[in-house]
Amino acid sequence: MNEKIPANSVGLVTPQIAKCDTPFTFANGAVLGSYELVFETYGELNSAGDNAVLICHALSGSHHAAGFHASDDRRPGWWDLAIGPGKPIDTERLFVVCSNNLGCCDGSSGPITINLDTGKPWAGQFPQPQVQDWVRSQKWLAEHLGISRWAAVMGGSLGGMQALQWAIDFPDWVEHCVALAAAPGLTAQNIAFNEIARHAILSDPDWHKGDYLAAGALPTRGVALARMVGHLTYMSADGMSDRFGRELREGSFSPDDNAEWVFQVESYLRHQGSRFSTQFDANTYVLMTRALDLFDLAAEYGADLTAALSNAQANFLVASFSSDWRFPPQRSIEIRDALMGAGKSVTYANIDTDNGHDGFLLPNPYYEQLLGEWMRRVGPS
Amino acid sequence: MNRLDLNTVLGWITPGSRVLDLGCGDGAFLARLRDERNASGVGVDIDPDNLIASVSKGLDVIQEDINDGLHCFTTKGFDVVVLAHALQELTHPHIALERMVDIGDEAIVSFPNFGHWLCRVHLGLKGSMPMSRAMPRHWYDTPNIHFCTVKDFESLCSDLDIDIIERATIAGPAQRLLGRWLPNLFATSAIYRIRRAGT
Repeated sequence: MNEKIPANSVGLVTPQIAKCDTPFTFANGAVLGSYELVFETYGELNSAGDNAVLICHALSGSHHAAGFHASDDRRPGWWDLAIGPGKPIDTERLFVVCSNNLGCCDGSSGPITINLDTGKPWAGQFPQPQVQDWVRSQKWLAEHLGISRWAAVMGGSLGGMQALQWAIDFPDWVEHCVALAAAPGLTAQNIAFNEIARHAILSDPDWHKGDYLAAGALPTRGVALARMVGHLTYMSADGMSDRFGRELREGSFSPDDNAEWVFQVESYLRHQGSRFSTQFDANTYVLMTRALDLFDLAAEYGADLTAALSNAQANFLVASFSSDWRFPPQRSIEIRDALMGAGKSVTYANIDTDNGHDGFLLPNPYYEQLLGEWMRRVGPS
Repeated sequence: MNRLDLNTVLGWITPGSRVLDLGCGDGAFLARLRDERNASGVGVDIDPDNLIASVSKGLDVIQEDINDGLHCFTTKGFDVVVLAHALQELTHPHIALERMVDIGDEAIVSFPNFGHWLCRVHLGLKGSMPMSRAMPRHWYDTPNIHFCTVKDFESLCSDLDIDIIERATIAGPAQRLLGRWLPNLFATSAIYRIRRAGT
C-alpha cells in the first residue's frame, strides 16, 4: 500500500456495479426496464449477516465514501473522517455499503447513462427520482448482496433524510438509524435556494433544454453559479469570517493600484463553482434538487411527523450542527420530538461548531467521539 | 447526587419503569436503574462530556437545557421524571415542577435544604451567604440561583396542586432522627416523590 495512505484508512477501494433486470417503477409512475447501481463496500460481511451498515450520500455525494481510488488521489472519499479501521464506523467490525443513488451521475443509471430504448444518454428524459425510490432501489441492492437487514442506515443532510425514509418504509430492515444535519422536509426558503440553483442552470445558453450533450455543449456557467449558491448555504457566517475575513487574494484597495482586487471568499467560491461545473452533470443537479424539494416525511401521514415515524423499529441518533442554517438544529429537534412522541429510542446532540451545514463532513472532536461511542451499539457486540 | 440519595431514589422506582432523568450527568444513575431495576430511561444534559459519557454507557440521552427544553417531552410519556439536586439551578423551578408532574406519572425531586441549622447560623451570626463543602461557591458565581428550604418546597407543592407521596431526608450521622422529625432544621437535603393532585 502507498505509504501516503494513512493506517486508519480503508485504503484503495474499487467501485462495483450491480445490474437489476427487474423493471423499476418510480413513485411518480415512470418505469425503468432495468438499471445499474454503482457502489463501494468496506470491511467484511460476517456470516450472521448482522454487521451491515448502509451509508446514504448527500445531494452531490457519491458511492465513494471512504478510502482512495488510486494511490495518488489527493482526497479520500467524502466521509473518510467517519469510516475506517478504528474510526466511528469501524470497518474492522462493520460491513459498510455506500451506493450512488439512482438518477445521479457517478455511475448509477441516470441522465448521463445510455437509455437502451434510444441508444442515447437519458439527458433530460431520465425519470424524476424521489427519496423513497432510492430506498427501494437500495433494498434491491441489499438483497443482491445477501443482506436481509441493516445494522444501521445512516447519512448526513439528504443522506440523513434517506436514512429516516428507510426506517419508515422498511421498519424491520433498519435496526439503527443515524440522521445528521437533516430535516423532516424542506422549507420554503430551502426550496427557494434550490430554485435559484435550477434557474441558474436552466438560463445558461448552453443548457439546450437539457439536451446539451447532444448539442456538444455543457452549461458550466449555470452549474457553477448553482454550486456557488448551494455552497454558500453549507457554510456559516462566522466560519466564513474566520476562514476568509476581508482578505484579498489579488490586487489591493490602494488608489495607486489599477489592478482589480479579488477577495479570498470570491476566489474560493469561483473555484468551487468552476471545479463542480466540470464534474457534476447539470440534469442530475436539477433532478437531485427536485428530489430534495419533494422530500416530506409526513406527507403521506396527514402532515403528522409523529405518525410517520410511529412504525419505525430503529433506535435513532439525531444530530444537528449549531451554525447550520440550511437545516438548522430546530429541524433536527422536530425529528427528535416526533421520535420521542412516538416512543422511540433516540439520542440527540447539537454539535457546537462554526462549520455550518458541512459540519457533518468536517473534523470536530465532540462529533467524532459521540458518533463513535454511539456506533458501539451497532452490530454484534 | 450522593450515594444515599441515589439509593433512596432507586428504591422508589418500580422495576421496568420508563424514567426521564433531567440533568443526567455522566449517566451513572440511569445505568444503575437499567442494570438494577430493569428500567428504561432517557437522560437530558447540556454538557458534551456528559453526553459522551452517557452514550458510552449505551444510554439514550438528549442534549438540551433543562431550563427551557422540557416542552419537548409529551404529557405522560414517562412513569417517573427525576430531577436530582438541580431544582435550585433552574430559572423557573415552579414551571419545571409543573411540567415534571405532567410529563411523568410521578416525579422525584431532591435539593439541598437551605433551612438547615448550619445555614441559619451562618446567615444569622456571620450575616453572609452560607458556604460549605456542599455549597462551595460564592453567591455571585454559584449555579444555585434558587435555594429553598424544606418548608418552602412543601408550600410551593401545595400552591401548585402537587401531592407529596413520600419524603426522605438526608442528615449528618448524629442528626438522622432529628432530620426525620424536624427536617427543615436538620436535613442537609431532602428527596420527594410527588405527583399531580387527584391523579
